[in-house]
Parts: sequence; structure tokens; C-alpha cells
Amino acid sequence: MAWHLHGFPGGIHPARMNKSPAVDNPIESLPLPPHLILPLHQHSGEPAIPVVEVGQKVRRGQLIAKAAPGRSAAVHAPANGEISFIGFHACPNDSGMHEQCIGICTDEEGELDEDEFVDDISLTEEEMRQRIAMAGIVGLGGAGFPTEKKLTRHGTKYLIINAAECEPYISCDDRLMRERAPQIVEGIHILARLLQAEKILFAIEDNKPEALKEIALACFETDIEVVVIPTKYPSGAQKQLVQNLLGIEVPSGQHSTSLGIVMYNVGTCYAVSRAIAHSEPLISRIVTVTGDAVQRPGNYEVLIGTPIEYLLQHAGVHSDKLRRVVMGGPIMGIAINNLGAPVTKLTNCLIASGPGELDEDLRARECIRCGDCVEACPASLLPQQLYWHIKTGAYERAENLHLDDCIECGACAYVCPSHIPLVQYYRHGKSHLWLRQQERQKAEHAKQRFEARQARLEREKEEKALRHKRAAEARLAAAQASEARATETQPAAKAEPDKPVIEQHNDRMSEVLAAVERARKKKTDPDAENKS
Amino acid sequence: MTMVVSSPHRTRGDRVARLMLLVIGCTAPGMATLMSFFGWGVMFQVWLAIGAALATEALCLSARGRSPKRELKDFTAVLTGVLLGLAIPPYAPWWIIVTGTAFAIIFGKHLYGGLGMNPFNPAMVGYVFLLITFPTQMTSWTPPLSLSDAPPGLLDSIAVIFTGETMDDRSLNALRMGVDGFTMATPLDALKVDLNQGLMISEVQQHPVYGAFAGAGWEWVNVAFLFGGFILIQQKAITWAIPGGVLTGIFASSLLFNIWNPDAYASPLFHLFSGGTMMAAFFIATDPVSASTTPKGRWYYGLGIGVLIYLIRTFGGYPDAVAFAVLLMNIAAPTIDLYTTPVVYGHKQEH
Repeated sequence: MAWHLHGFPGGIHPARMNKSPAVDNPIESLPLPPHLILPLHQHSGEPAIPVVEVGQKVRRGQLIAKAAPGRSAAVHAPANGEISFIGFHACPNDSGMHEQCIGICTDEEGELDEDEFVDDISLTEEEMRQRIAMAGIVGLGGAGFPTEKKLTRHGTKYLIINAAECEPYISCDDRLMRERAPQIVEGIHILARLLQAEKILFAIEDNKPEALKEIALACFETDIEVVVIPTKYPSGAQKQLVQNLLGIEVPSGQHSTSLGIVMYNVGTCYAVSRAIAHSEPLISRIVTVTGDAVQRPGNYEVLIGTPIEYLLQHAGVHSDKLRRVVMGGPIMGIAINNLGAPVTKLTNCLIASGPGELDEDLRARECIRCGDCVEACPASLLPQQLYWHIKTGAYERAENLHLDDCIECGACAYVCPSHIPLVQYYRHGKSHLWLRQQERQKAEHAKQRFEARQARLEREKEEKALRHKRAAEARLAAAQASEARATETQPAAKAEPDKPVIEQHNDRMSEVLAAVERARKKKTDPDAENKS
Repeated sequence: MTMVVSSPHRTRGDRVARLMLLVIGCTAPGMATLMSFFGWGVMFQVWLAIGAALATEALCLSARGRSPKRELKDFTAVLTGVLLGLAIPPYAPWWIIVTGTAFAIIFGKHLYGGLGMNPFNPAMVGYVFLLITFPTQMTSWTPPLSLSDAPPGLLDSIAVIFTGETMDDRSLNALRMGVDGFTMATPLDALKVDLNQGLMISEVQQHPVYGAFAGAGWEWVNVAFLFGGFILIQQKAITWAIPGGVLTGIFASSLLFNIWNPDAYASPLFHLFSGGTMMAAFFIATDPVSASTTPKGRWYYGLGIGVLIYLIRTFGGYPDAVAFAVLLMNIAAPTIDLYTTPVVYGHKQEH
């Protein structure tokens, strides 16, 4: 029985998907590059912490940076070699900023260790979790969420495998499914076992019939339900896929995991299977290399850390034709300014575009409020109103229209007839609101500090006053007490006020002398008193 | 490789000009039908309007320090001109359309900041300006050629627009004579006048100007604009929401009154195919800049225009009411937007 799809609003159907010719060629392994650059931050969360030193020899698969506390993922040496540097290097990010990396001069010598095959049935669940965490696996669909962090056991209703791959050009998952479906399914089973998932859904867009065939074959007589979804961008976006498959919306500000829905990309499932069955950490991935400027477009199995330049050269890049290199798809991808930057765990596609292939110098016109963006928005936002508000600096109004719920899929900017870079406005608006929130928090903290200080001063003042009061009271009490004592100790004197002072003194002296005498007697003859 | 660029790297591209050209192109059936019923004057008015619109737009852009060369190519000014040219009487004097178009571009568009910034539909701003300032010229419609005592030829048309008299010294008023020797009015105008004189709908509609079902010539002009409008929807240049709303508004309100008293209130068919109804629904109300922008809001916006067109036609002082209805709803558009914001993903109220 076919799974009932609920669909999702908006979305676009890009005119040219450009999945061919890259998808037509089998996955090809890239030769070992002379050096590798491993960024410490290839995932969402905190950067990993290096555990090697410059000059140290490392072996393939060796841990070189451990996961930081909290949300983070480990980094491993993808090949044998020597650590050449630990420091800042160009990375594929949209800010163009250099990031902390570990460099490895690779070593062709030295035999690679044979994979140690581990029967996953012999591993306990705890061992499997450990191994997945140790392998540094992150979501390979693009978000880079550490895989192990999503493996919370409690009440997983749905395990969804995301094989939508909805952006144009990208075909690494498609190719992976065509060639390695059994391993993917093995990975799914491991994840399902750890999550104790009630239902497993495998979502694949209908523009990948070959991959679908292989997956359906591998899933035959398993509890995995393969669901074919219509080709529409952005069907692969997590929230939209949940809505499409289950007809529910993930409440704003929450993760799908809070609803008992866990989603993994097919590439992630494959990496999990490698980690469990072959003890192989995440040290390579499939990268689609395509675009008019490369001679041999295709899908390459690339060691993480391979310089983009090396990969492009291997694919036969025409530097005179090259206009732009984009990492990711043409709709959400980022332009790479420095080709020395490495392939990371999140590099699914590299587009080396030729002349006229991607947009070049289309100047934005005025917004004519045509509303095409409203129709395209999968989150049911009002993109043009957000744009107006952000443009005029009315960030609060944009916030009230739920700017935060924009998933930055770029469908609105794709359809905009005025070619307005809408997503950039939203990012700007979001960062402005974020900064303002930070400032507000800071101000709030300062206010709290000030108030706390005021309260402390006030308290100290009160305490001081109280202390004074108490001291005064104490003094008074002491005075009264001493007065009382005086009355107590001088009853005779008080009783006989008329007796001359000197006689009173003599009386007192005789009492004292008598006491001394008693004491001495007691000392010399301790029994005397008892006897007497 | 040096430029810093951000996603998306591929879009559908710069399509404003193509969109405007498509809309202009889709007015062609209506324009052709209008010409076939009312003569060459239609064409000259449209050409004059386009010329005036481009000239005014160029002047305004230069004055504002923008590049006329680049921005004239978006064809928005041409569209404003075309719509205004189609809306005014075909043999009105040349300065009418020229001042009207200039007013529309300057006061309707550039004083608010140009394309995309205007709260009102520029063509309708120009139309209302003309209607209020030059009421006589703006209501001097000639009868359809078939009902005309002396239909003007090509040269006569030019002459009457530019000099006020035809080649053989007939004035515009002479051209307005019907075959029966009476000055002709448009069906909507005639309906109003006749009803005020105590006639019943059935009697009024005996008059030849009423044509087959909604007015000689006008019914076919409306059919042609409807056809052009369908092409616009099919080409996804506009959505059905606004035209659907306008037509529903007119249909529902006219049906209501027609059922209540068919002798005093014309049928929905008459209202839907008279005057500027179809042009308003598909080409004027759909101007995105001044319309509501939310999916639901567009429907209400259209509905409002439809109801207002009917109410002003029936109870107001002007025979056709498109311009006023559109401008009034332009005023309401921001408020409609405010109350029709769609529910954003993840904000659905849980039940």
C-alpha cells in the first residue's frame, strides 16, 4: 500500500535540474592528494579539539581532534602521513574567514591497515553508540548535526531517511544509492535498532528511478517503507519532509526529535554502516563535481580534507571557462573564494560553472509585489513583506511576521522576477535581531547586576544599621546585666546601705578569706569535707 | 572569481519586463475588439498614451537621478499608458490622454518613489484625475461604428483627436450621433439615465445600444478581455484570486438586487459584460504593486472591488465605477494584508 502523502505548500520546480551527466558515471575514487587540510569545525556545534602535534606521524583513521564537550564531532586522519600544521586555513564557508585546521602531508608509503570487520550483532547497543560517536559522523545532508546526538532512545515514533536530494546538480546520494544500497540499508537497521524506531520511512524523490530500484530491492522484506515523493524543491528540507510524510508541522522553535521523529540522510546511514561494520571513521565522502567548466563531471569518493582545487583539477577544470565555484546546490550553496579550501564532511557538491550557467550580474530591480515569492514559500511566510520591513529597518515587524521561521531555502529568491536577493535580506534581518537580542540580554544582565548591587548596598546598609542596633542593644543589655550583677553580688551592701563602706569592705574580705581557707583545706585533705 | 556572491546562484532571472510585455500582449484581443467596434481612435489613444508615458517616465527618472535607459526597459510605464489609453473615449482630444498619462506617471507613481512604491494604481489615478477635471470630454463616448450615423475613417479619427473636427468639419458631437439622430451614450450611462426617468429594465433594454445581452460592442469587448485574462492566468502572470474576487463581487451583488427587483436592477450578465468590467478584473485590479499581497487578502481585495463597482454603478453618480472602486480598495489593501497574514509553518494552533 502506498504511503499517503500530505504535501507541503509552496516550493518550486527549477527549470534545469542538471543532474546529468554527473549522475551517469559510476563513483570514482580520487587519488591520494599530497596534503590534506582538516577543519576542526565541520559540523554544527563547537569545534573539535586537536590531540596531535605538528610533526607527529598519524595513521589512516587515527583520531586527530576529539569532540568538544556539548555538540561537536571528532576528526580523524583520512590517510597516513605527518601533521604539517595546526592553524588557520581557508575553509569553504560563506563568510570567507579562515578557520582552525590540521594539515597532513600524506605518505604514499606505509600499507593501509586492513579494515577490521566487526559483526555488529556482537556489539552491544552502548558499544555501537560509542563507536558512532567516536567515528565523528555528522549529518551529511548539509546540516552537519552530530549523528550520535540524535540517537536518543526514548519514544522514537518515526525514523525518516532523507534521500530527496532536491537541489539541482547534486547527485551524490543518487549515485550512492545506486551502487551501495545494501550498506545504506544496513546503516538504517543499525540506527533503527539504536532508536528502537516504531516506523521507518525512506523518502526518495521520483526523479531517481534507478536509485529507487536498488533501494527497493535492498529493502525487500524489511520493515523499511520506501516512500516516493514528487520532485519539488525543497522536499528535502527537514520540516517540509516531515510535513509531507506525516502531515504534521514541527512547532516553531522545536526540533522534530521532540515529536519523536528522527531524520537521517542516506549518506549518514552509509557512514554509520562503515563505522560499525568496518570500524572506519568518517574520513571520506561522495562529492558531485559538475558544471560546464569541468571536463569529466561525476561523483568522486573523496578523502575529507582534499583541497577543492585538487579535486577540480582531477575532474578536468577549464580555468578559462570557469566563472564561479559553488559548494552545494545552486539555490542554497555558497560561493568558494579560495580553491585551496578543503572538502569537508558537508561538501556534497561542487559546481564549477561556465559562462552563463549561473546568474551573473543581474541587477535587482524594484519589488513589484507580484507575490510569486508568497506562492513559492514552503513556510507560508510573506517574503515580500519581510523584505520591505527589513529594507526599511523595521526589524520588529519582520520579527512579528516570523522571520525566524524562514528556512532560507531560497525558493522566493529563485522565483523573484525583480531578481532581489531576498535570502540575503533575511539573513541580515536575522543577524540584526540576534544582535539586538544579545544586546538586550546584555542590558538585562547589566540591569540585573546594577539592581543586585543596589540591593547589596541596601542590604549592607541595613545590616550595618542592624548591627549597630544590635550592638547598642547588646551594650544596653550588658549594662543592664552588669547592673543586675552588681545588685546580685552586693545584696548585703544593698541590704545594709547604712553600714559604713569600710565595714562592708571588711565583711567582703572576711568572706573571701574564708573561701580561700576552705579551698586550701579541701586541697590538703580532700576527704575532710566528706568526713565532716 | 573575485566577486563575492551569495545564494541563490541560479534564479528564474530578471523577468519584470517579460511579465509586463506579457500583460501588454494579453490586452491585444480586447484592444482589437474595441477597435473593431469603436474605430481607429482607440489605437491612436493608446499610441499617444504610450508616447506620453515613456516621455514622462524618462523625465521623472532623469530628475530623480536614475537611468532612464535601464529602467524604461521594464515596460511598466508602457503598461500604464496602454491601460489608460484603452479606458478613455476613443475620440477624446489628444491633450486629454497626454495630460492624463503624465499625471498618472508623475502623481500616481514617481511622487511616491517610483516603481513598486505607489499605493495607488497609476492608470486609475490618471483616469480619475481626467474624469473629475474634464468630465465632458471623458464621457463623450461615440456609439459603436455599426450604430453610428457617420462612422469616422482613419484620417477623420486623427483629425478629430488632434483638431476636434473631422476632415469634413464635423465636430465630435456630430460623430456621437446615433443612426436614430440622438446622441449616444454607453449602455451603463443610458441605463442610469433611463432608469431615473422611470423606465423599467425591460423597456430600457429595447434600445439598440444594449446589443445582444449586455450592450452593443461592449459585450464582445468584455469577452475579448476575458479571453486575454485567461491567457494571463494560464501563463501564471496573475493568479485567479483577484479577478475571481472582482467577478464574484459584481455577480453576487447584482444577482441579489436583480432577484429582489428585476425591473429596477440589471442582471448579473449585464454588469459582468458592460463597461470596463473584464478589463478591470484581469488587467487593472491585478496591478500587484497597489493590490493586497497575501493569498487570502487578494481574494477579499478583489471581492471589495467587485462590490464597490456594482454599488457605485447602481447608486453612485458615475456610470462606470472601476477607477473609484480600485482606488478605494487600494486604500484598504495594507489593512487587508494585516488581517490576512497566513499561518506560518510551525505556528498552527494545536487542537
